[in-house]
Amino acid sequence: MTTPTVVSAEHLGLTFSTNDGDVIALSDVNLTIEKGEFVSFIGPSGCGKTTFLRTIADLEQPTSGALHINGQTPEEARKARAYGYVFQAPALYPWRTIEKNVALPLEIMGYSAAEQAERIKRTLELVNLSGFEKKFPWQLSGGMQQRASIARALAFDADLLLMDEPFGALDEIVRDHLNSELLKLWDRTKKTICFVTHSIPEAVYLSTKIVVMSPRPGRVTDIIESNLPKERPLDIRETPEFLAIAARVRDGLRAGHSYEEVV
Amino acid sequence: MKSGLTLLQSLLALLAGGMALCGLIGAAISADAEILLTVAVGLGALTLARFFFRPISLWLDGLAAVLIAVALVLALPRGSAMPGHYWFAMVSAWAFAWLFVDQLSGEIRKGTVPRKTMGLLIPAVFGVALLVVWEIVTRGANVPPVLLPAPSAIGAQLANSAPILWADFVQTFIKSVIPGYIIGCLAGLIVAIAVDRSPFLKAGLLPIGNFMSALPIIGIAPIMVMWFGFDWQSKAAVVVAMTFFPMLVNTVAGLNAASSIERDLMRTYAANYWQTLLKLRLPAAGPFIFNALKINSTLALIGAIVAEFFGTPVVGMGFRISTGVGRLAIDLVWAEIAVAAIAGSAFYGVIALIERGVTFWHPSVRGGRA
Repeated sequence: MTTPTVVSAEHLGLTFSTNDGDVIALSDVNLTIEKGEFVSFIGPSGCGKTTFLRTIADLEQPTSGALHINGQTPEEARKARAYGYVFQAPALYPWRTIEKNVALPLEIMGYSAAEQAERIKRTLELVNLSGFEKKFPWQLSGGMQQRASIARALAFDADLLLMDEPFGALDEIVRDHLNSELLKLWDRTKKTICFVTHSIPEAVYLSTKIVVMSPRPGRVTDIIESNLPKERPLDIRETPEFLAIAARVRDGLRAGHSYEEVV
Repeated sequence: MKSGLTLLQSLLALLAGGMALCGLIGAAISADAEILLTVAVGLGALTLARFFFRPISLWLDGLAAVLIAVALVLALPRGSAMPGHYWFAMVSAWAFAWLFVDQLSGEIRKGTVPRKTMGLLIPAVFGVALLVVWEIVTRGANVPPVLLPAPSAIGAQLANSAPILWADFVQTFIKSVIPGYIIGCLAGLIVAIAVDRSPFLKAGLLPIGNFMSALPIIGIAPIMVMWFGFDWQSKAAVVVAMTFFPMLVNTVAGLNAASSIERDLMRTYAANYWQTLLKLRLPAAGPFIFNALKINSTLALIGAIVAEFFGTPVVGMGFRISTGVGRLAIDLVWAEIAVAAIAGSAFYGVIALIERGVTFWHPSVRGGRA
């Protein structure tokens, strides 16, 4: 029995035309993401990992190749509300309380008041923010704000969660904590997660599949299937298996850089 | 230093006490000394003791300022210039008031007195001190009322002509300013949304709005009178023309205030134009819109008053000011100016209060970081 494909990219390319000439953000990206996977995209700044995520979300349009989300075009998938997107910044609206921020997508998608209340309660419990419903975003710490933005992305039950360096601005202690929370959440909700990061330990710790990308032109240099167990305590990061995968990611990143030097 | 004051405060204390002493000596030399004023400056001179014995409470400085000021105003002669040594008393009262306010603001900063109630005292003392000095200078130096009437004369005129002033207020503020303000601001807001939606309108309407704002009010007011008649309608039209453009440009800027990440979020929800406008872009534009509302609150009053200089029924603040100057009824002109100032400040204050309630989330209101 095969698991259904959520994202499939074939020879995907994206070129931005700017005043200084064309910038190749993605070139010849081939990738398949299956349901229930946790896929990390790792690479140095400018390698196109965020652009790829934005292309899946139909926030950027590819200029060549084919991209399908659940068998649909990205635009159809976006209009079908197929994914939840967590940005680098929490982007909570400061005039709304936490519960109203979580309710935002539900209001737009026309959920009934009773259903909104039920979903707000459930998703805030999921990210451990119960009791903060009436607070405004600026009354919360950065980590709590980012958890609220994850709750918002989960509220309408899209099967695909796109996360663009969601913990990039947080300190390492908070980040470790949120990473293990995220793994538990992934296990509980059975969602497919695409996660952009530039931290090797974060990528290895979280993922079932790691996509290593290299800068200009944005290419995939390596795709690593992780054989780590699904149950991952934080100290798994000291085991030989973990270190072996991390070494392979590092090699892939280095290969990407030497490619740039040849050009 | 024994007095426990800063350098500025010490100088002020020295000035206040010294001038009180001078006033006391002057009262002793001259024959026509007023008992109350003599006692007040005597007490003021006693505060010099703070430099030799121990610091005194700032409230004593405030009390000295009030005593000397009250005694001086009561002692002012009618119809002739005041004796020379009274000037010492005025400077002394002024220095005591300054000293009091300076110490009070220091205490508020330290948190030893509550900010909420005492914070209001500072501008109040400032305003009252200004009025007292104005009163003493105009009456003490016998300034002709045509040049500058004393505040007491303006106050008397305010009380005497209350029915006239009220009729003028209704004509100018209630009938011209409020409708013009509402129509102008609403039109600016709606056109801004249309301009934002359509590049064609942006290219066509923004320059016209700009052009309208450049029209001199002195030029359009008579034309509006020809179009809309002598009554309040023509004044409201001038107010519309004045308030439209600030609202237009501020709202156009405000609609772009939402960050790209906040807009992307709406796009990921497949939100339509109106959902994005109502749930993101208009709330984000709130601080800009209120900025325009505040600017317009003062512009509208100016516009209506000036427009009344160009033909009006025999009522209205601008009418009263222009005819009052002609008849040398300067007290009435000043009373009208006082009403306009109070009405304008109150209007602005109400808008600012609403702003605090609506854009409570903005860092400039809640006093936090972005």
